[in-house]
Amino acid sequence: MSTPKPKVAHPSLPRNSLGLTRRDYEGGMSTLCAGCGHDSITAAIVEACWGLSLEPHRLVKLSGIGCSSKTTAYFVGEAHGFNGVHGRMASVATGANAANRELTYIGVSGDGDSLSIGLGQLAHAMRRNLNMLYLIENNGVYGLTKGQFSASADVGTKSKKGDANTQPPVDPALLALSLGAGFVARGFSGDKPQLVPLIRAGLSHPGFALIDVLSPCVTFNDHEGSTKSYAFTREHYHPAVEADFHSGAAADFIAPAESISVDYREGEEVVVPLHDGSHVHLKKLDPGFDTSDRAAAYAYIAAKLKEGQYVTGLLHADPAAGGDLHAANRTSATPLNRLPFERLSPGAAKLASLMARYR
Amino acid sequence: MPKASHPQERLNDFTIKFANVNGTGSASANALVMKAIFRMGVPVMGKNYFPSNIQGLPTWYEIRVSKDGHLARSGRVDLMLAINIETYAQDVKEVSPGGYVLYDSTWPRSAVLERQDITVLGVPFAKLCNENFDGVRNRILMKNICYVGALAALIDIDVEVIRTLVTEQYSKRPKLVDANMKAIDLGYQYAREHLPCPLPLRITRLDHNQGHVLIDGNTAAGLGCVYAGATVGAWYPITPSTSLMDAYRGFCERYRVDAETGDHNFIVLQAEDELAAIGMVVGASWNGARAFTPTSGPGISLMNEFVGLAYYAEVPAVIFDVQRVGPSTGMPTRTQQCDILLCAYASHGDTRHVLLFPANPDECFHLAVAAFDLAERLQTPVFVLSDLDIGMNDWMIRELEWDDSYRPDRGKVLSAEQVEKLTKFQRYADRDGDGIPYRTLPGVGPKGAYFTRGSGHNQYGLYTEDSAEYQQVVDRLKRKFATAAALVPRAVVEGPGTRPIGVVSVGSCDSPIREALGQLERCGVALDYLRVRAFPFGAEVEAFLASHSKLLVVEQNRDAQLRALLVLETAVEKAKITSILHYDGMPMTAGFVTDAVLAALGGSDRRAAAAG
Repeated sequence: MSTPKPKVAHPSLPRNSLGLTRRDYEGGMSTLCAGCGHDSITAAIVEACWGLSLEPHRLVKLSGIGCSSKTTAYFVGEAHGFNGVHGRMASVATGANAANRELTYIGVSGDGDSLSIGLGQLAHAMRRNLNMLYLIENNGVYGLTKGQFSASADVGTKSKKGDANTQPPVDPALLALSLGAGFVARGFSGDKPQLVPLIRAGLSHPGFALIDVLSPCVTFNDHEGSTKSYAFTREHYHPAVEADFHSGAAADFIAPAESISVDYREGEEVVVPLHDGSHVHLKKLDPGFDTSDRAAAYAYIAAKLKEGQYVTGLLHADPAAGGDLHAANRTSATPLNRLPFERLSPGAAKLASLMARYR
Repeated sequence: MPKASHPQERLNDFTIKFANVNGTGSASANALVMKAIFRMGVPVMGKNYFPSNIQGLPTWYEIRVSKDGHLARSGRVDLMLAINIETYAQDVKEVSPGGYVLYDSTWPRSAVLERQDITVLGVPFAKLCNENFDGVRNRILMKNICYVGALAALIDIDVEVIRTLVTEQYSKRPKLVDANMKAIDLGYQYAREHLPCPLPLRITRLDHNQGHVLIDGNTAAGLGCVYAGATVGAWYPITPSTSLMDAYRGFCERYRVDAETGDHNFIVLQAEDELAAIGMVVGASWNGARAFTPTSGPGISLMNEFVGLAYYAEVPAVIFDVQRVGPSTGMPTRTQQCDILLCAYASHGDTRHVLLFPANPDECFHLAVAAFDLAERLQTPVFVLSDLDIGMNDWMIRELEWDDSYRPDRGKVLSAEQVEKLTKFQRYADRDGDGIPYRTLPGVGPKGAYFTRGSGHNQYGLYTEDSAEYQQVVDRLKRKFATAAALVPRAVVEGPGTRPIGVVSVGSCDSPIREALGQLERCGVALDYLRVRAFPFGAEVEAFLASHSKLLVVEQNRDAQLRALLVLETAVEKAKITSILHYDGMPMTAGFVTDAVLAALGGSDRRAAAAG
C-alpha cells in the first residue's frame, strides 16, 4: 500500500529556493521491512531533490519490479511515477525521455531487475546515453520471492538457507564503465552524507548517470555467510532468523532492525564486522583519484574487488563525453510531445505532389 | 523456330513470372517492367516471392496484367522468364498450357525438360552482356536489364516508356541511363530479329490508371504515421515490417527536418529487441507523444507482457503487425494472417485489444491514422494487422488523399488549466459513463501527478489488493471495450445484404474474394460479402452474421482464427459457419476461393444462392 504520509510541516523547517520543505518531497509510507537499506536511499533521494530545488511535478520516477522498484512511490509524491514490468524500466524511460526532454528522469531499480532480467535494457540505455539517473539498490538477493541469489551475489556468499553462490557477480559499476556511461558512482545506503551528493550530482549530469547503492536486505541477506549484510548485534538479529528459518511458522515475522551508519573520511577503509566474524569492506576514493579517467577507474575498482573491498564514491564522471540521445538524433529543442500538429503533418498539397513518385 | 501450340491472343490479360537468383538486381528489372506496363495505362499487379537470404538463392516475381483491374494472383503463368538455371525444371513445369518460356540460351537447356504444350524461346543474355559490358558484377546486373528489353519486344512494351523510367530513376547518374538503355536495346534488338515478336500475349495502351499509383502497404503505413503526427517510432528490425520504419524515417527526413536549424521533429529508436521497442512506445505515449512500433509475429510474442501493462495501466500504443508465416521463425518471407488471435488477446490475464485490418495500402495509410486516434481516445494498445503481401508488394490503388481539416483526437487528456481547477485528480474514475477515464501528462502540474502501475489499482490510481476495488477497474475496462466497438471503422458490406449466403473475410483476402465473387456470379452463385475491418466487431457485423443462413469465412491461416474470434465474440451460431482456409504462405488466388466456395455449397445451397 502507498498510504500517504500526513503533511504536517513545522514552520521552522528549512525551505529551498522554491519555498518547499523536505516534507514536500516525501511520498507514500514505505511498506518495506523495517531497517531496509532502500528506505535510507529513499530518504537520500528526498534530500537530494529538495536540495536541488527540483519542481516536484517536473520529476518523472520510473521503476521495474521488486522491492527497490516499489520505492518510487515513497518519494516526491507530486511527481509522475511509472512502475512498469520487471527489468524493462529503461525502455519506458527511453520512450518517455524521447517524448519530453525537458523533465528530470530518475529510475530506481534493483540488482535482480537490472542485472538479470533487465541487463540488456540497462546496457542499451547506457549506450544511448539516455539523460537520466539510474539508481540500483543492490542487495544481492531477491526479496519478494524470498531470498534467491541475484546476479550481483558474490562467489561464496551464502543464501539464508545456507547454499553458497558459485557464479561470479555482475558488478554494475564495472559494467557501466565498460559500456561508456558518463557518470558512474557507488554508494552505501548507510552512508547518507556520501549518498546525497552523489544523487544530486547524478541528477545534474547531462546524460546517463548510474549509481550502484549497496543496500543490505535485512530479511533475506543479513545472515551468517552473506557478503552483502549489515552488521547487527547477535542478540538483535539472530531471533528473527531463527523464527523465520527453522520453525517456518513465522515466515513473515521480521524483527525490528536498525540500519548501521558508517562515517569515514576519504581514502579510509571501513570494516563493518558481521556476527560470524566476516566483514564488509567499504572504502572511499583517494582524494587524488582522477574521476575522468575511465580506464584507471576500472582498474582500481576491479583490483579492490579482488581484495573483497567495494570502492564507493564518485568513480567516473565525464559530463562532456558524447551527446545524449537527443543530441545524437538532432531532436528538436521543443519536446516532441509539444510540437503542434501543423508542424508534424505535411498536408494535402504535399501528399498530392508526393504521389507523383508512385505513378 | 518453334511454334506456339495454342497461339491464343491474350491482350492485357496474362501473367508473367520471373525466376531469378536473389541479390542480382533482378528486383529493379522486374519493377521496371511492372511500372512500364502501369504507365501504359494497363492495370497491373506485382508480387515478390523471395527467400530469407541475401544473395544466391532462388527468387520469383510475378506480374499480372489485368485489363479488368484484378489485383489478386491469377494462378496462371503465361510467360516464364526462366533466368535461374537451378530452378529451370520446376519453372518450366509451372507454365500454363499454351504458355511461353523465355530462357538464357547462352547455355543449352536439358532436352528432358521439354514440353509439347508450351513454347520455349531463347535469348543468349549472358553472352550478349559478356560481349558488351565489363566487370563481373556489371555483367550480372545488365543481364537482368537485358531481359527487360527482350520482354519489351515480345509483349509490346513501349521502349520509350522504359527509357523515361530509367532516366527518372538515374536522374543524378546519367552514365547509368546509357548503360541500362544499351542493355535494353541489346535484348530488344535480339528478340526482334530472332523471336516471333510480338507474342499473342501483348500490352496495348489503355487509360485505366488515371488517378492511381503503385505503392506498397508498409510505405503507405509509414506515411500514415507521419500524417497522423507520430513523433516517436521504436522498432527492432524484422521481416516483413522493416520497410515500414524505413518509410517513416525517409518521409520524416523529407517533411520533418526544420529548414533553418536542421532539427528533427521526430525520433526513430532502434531498440535492442521488441520488448524494448514496445517499452519505448509505452513510455513515449504515456508522456504524450504519438508513438508506434512496426513488427511481425515473433515481435508480438515478445511484446506480450508490455501490451498487458499498457492495457491495464491504460496507456496508448500503436503496433503494426505485418504478419508472416508462423509458428516460430516459420517462413519469414511468406504471407499469412496467423496473428489474429495472438493480437486480440495478447498478454496474460483478461485482456482484449482493438485490432484494425487493412486490405490494401490505401487502408494501411488511413487505418494508421485511425489507429493513433483510437489508441489515444481509448487509452489502450491498438494493433494494425497487415501482412507481407500487403506490406511488401506494390499495389495499384487510387492516389492517397488527405483532408487538411483533420485534427488528431488526443482523447481525454486534461490540460494544465483543467488540472488546476480539480479538487483531486482521479485517474481511473469513469466520469462520462463510457468506460474511458481522464489522464494527465507528466509535468502538467502537481495536482495532475499520479502513479502508473501494472499492479492492482483502484479508480483513484492508488495501489490496491482489495477485491472490490480491483474488480471495479477491470469491469470498467470491459465497458471501455464495448465503447470501442462503436468507434472502430465499420465493416464493408458488398451485395444487397439480403442473399441467404454470405462470405466473411478480412484483410488481403479481399482482392481474390472480389474476383471470385464475380466468377461465382457468372456461374449463377450470388453471395453477399462482409469484410471486417476492426475488432471489437460492430453492430453491422453482428447483423450480417445473424441475417445469413450460411456463412463462408475465408482467411489465410490453418486454425480459422477469424472464425474463432467471431464465434467467441458475437452471437453467431457456430453450425452455420464453414471455413475456407488458405495457409501455404502464398497469396490466395481467386480460383482457389471460387473452387472452395463451390465445394462448400451443397445442392440446396446452390439453389438458394441462385435464387438470392
